[in-house]
Amino acid sequence: QNSELFTLTYGALVTQLCKDYENDEDVNKQLDKMGYNIGVRLIEDFLARSNVGRCHDFRETADVIAKIAFKMYLGITPSITNWSPGGDEFSLILENNPLVDFVELPDNHSSLIYSNLLCGVLRGALEMVQMAVDVKFVQDTLKGDSVTEIRMKFIRRIEDNLPAGEE
Amino acid sequence: MAIFSVYVVNKAGGLLYQLDHYAPRADTEKTFSFPLDLVLRPHDERVVVAFGQRDGIRVGHAVLAINGAEVNGRCTADGKDVLEFLGNPANYPVSIRFGRHRLSSNEKLMLASMFHSLFAIGSQLSPEVGSSGIEMLETDTFKLHCFQTLTGIKFMVLADPRQAGIDSLLRKIYEIYSDFALKNPFYSLEMPIRCELFDQNLKLALEVAEKSGPFGPGS
Repeated sequence: QNSELFTLTYGALVTQLCKDYENDEDVNKQLDKMGYNIGVRLIEDFLARSNVGRCHDFRETADVIAKIAFKMYLGITPSITNWSPGGDEFSLILENNPLVDFVELPDNHSSLIYSNLLCGVLRGALEMVQMAVDVKFVQDTLKGDSVTEIRMKFIRRIEDNLPAGEE
Repeated sequence: MAIFSVYVVNKAGGLLYQLDHYAPRADTEKTFSFPLDLVLRPHDERVVVAFGQRDGIRVGHAVLAINGAEVNGRCTADGKDVLEFLGNPANYPVSIRFGRHRLSSNEKLMLASMFHSLFAIGSQLSPEVGSSGIEMLETDTFKLHCFQTLTGIKFMVLADPRQAGIDSLLRKIYEIYSDFALKNPFYSLEMPIRCELFDQNLKLALEVAEKSGPFGPGS
């Protein structure tokens, strides 16, 4: 399946946001927000189709995200590395990122986090399964790094409005 | 029709969607002369038969229509109190339609919310941690199947006790919800689902499930 339309659409979205907001920080925020709104919906599609059960620890979550979710939606399987000693933080290393095919970041957008939508998606999706997480890019091939690295940190379990049976 | 209804409940217990899929139960319409040989009494917002079962009219049946016009709770279509109207010999002969009362939308809302609470209690009763919650409620006339997603949404299907394949139907409904409700950007999360495509695809899924059940062709 041809993903050019997807890459072009994402690019059009980012450039339009750059025109609308004029500064990179605001664009990053908007991308995160949009990603969040996608994530809270995408999670149900993911759960309905993949049939995965509830993860019992953050390591399982990391596995499911890298091996099932990323594969399902972006066709890539990032590797999981750099676990913190407490087991509450890990990195996803993306060898290639379909969102940035053909993209070069110009000098005047050096603080733009081009793929920030992904951070919002992950945050929104995990929130719907009662996990509050912090997600951010720490390396980006668009900025000259050798790989793209997303750092995910577990903040806390969301206790309000737990589905019955999860207490 | 072996699948009777579908309910979708959000994580706060609010009813997002409800569909009744059964043929309307047989109502009985008869002409009566004064005095009425049935005993009627008010019950909640309706007038029901208390005594005098005959010809398909059963105790508990509600007055659904008088002289062809549907009643509105305890009042006739033109606002008169039903019991008063039927107590007046001048109004006879009268044609009354009796039948089993269908749940109003308010009643469905309350029932969904009540089931949501029962479901929570069910999980708390579990001797083990992490119970799935109520998966099935069985009676002699129907089975209620329930599936709660990891995100707290509940899908419930009421079906004939002999109907098979409801588990996969529940999963299918989850898929239909994730497609036609969630992927519709104009649908707001946690709000009642009013999406044409969701309706259509759900009805299709119910028909497929019914055909492949014990009542399907060749079974």
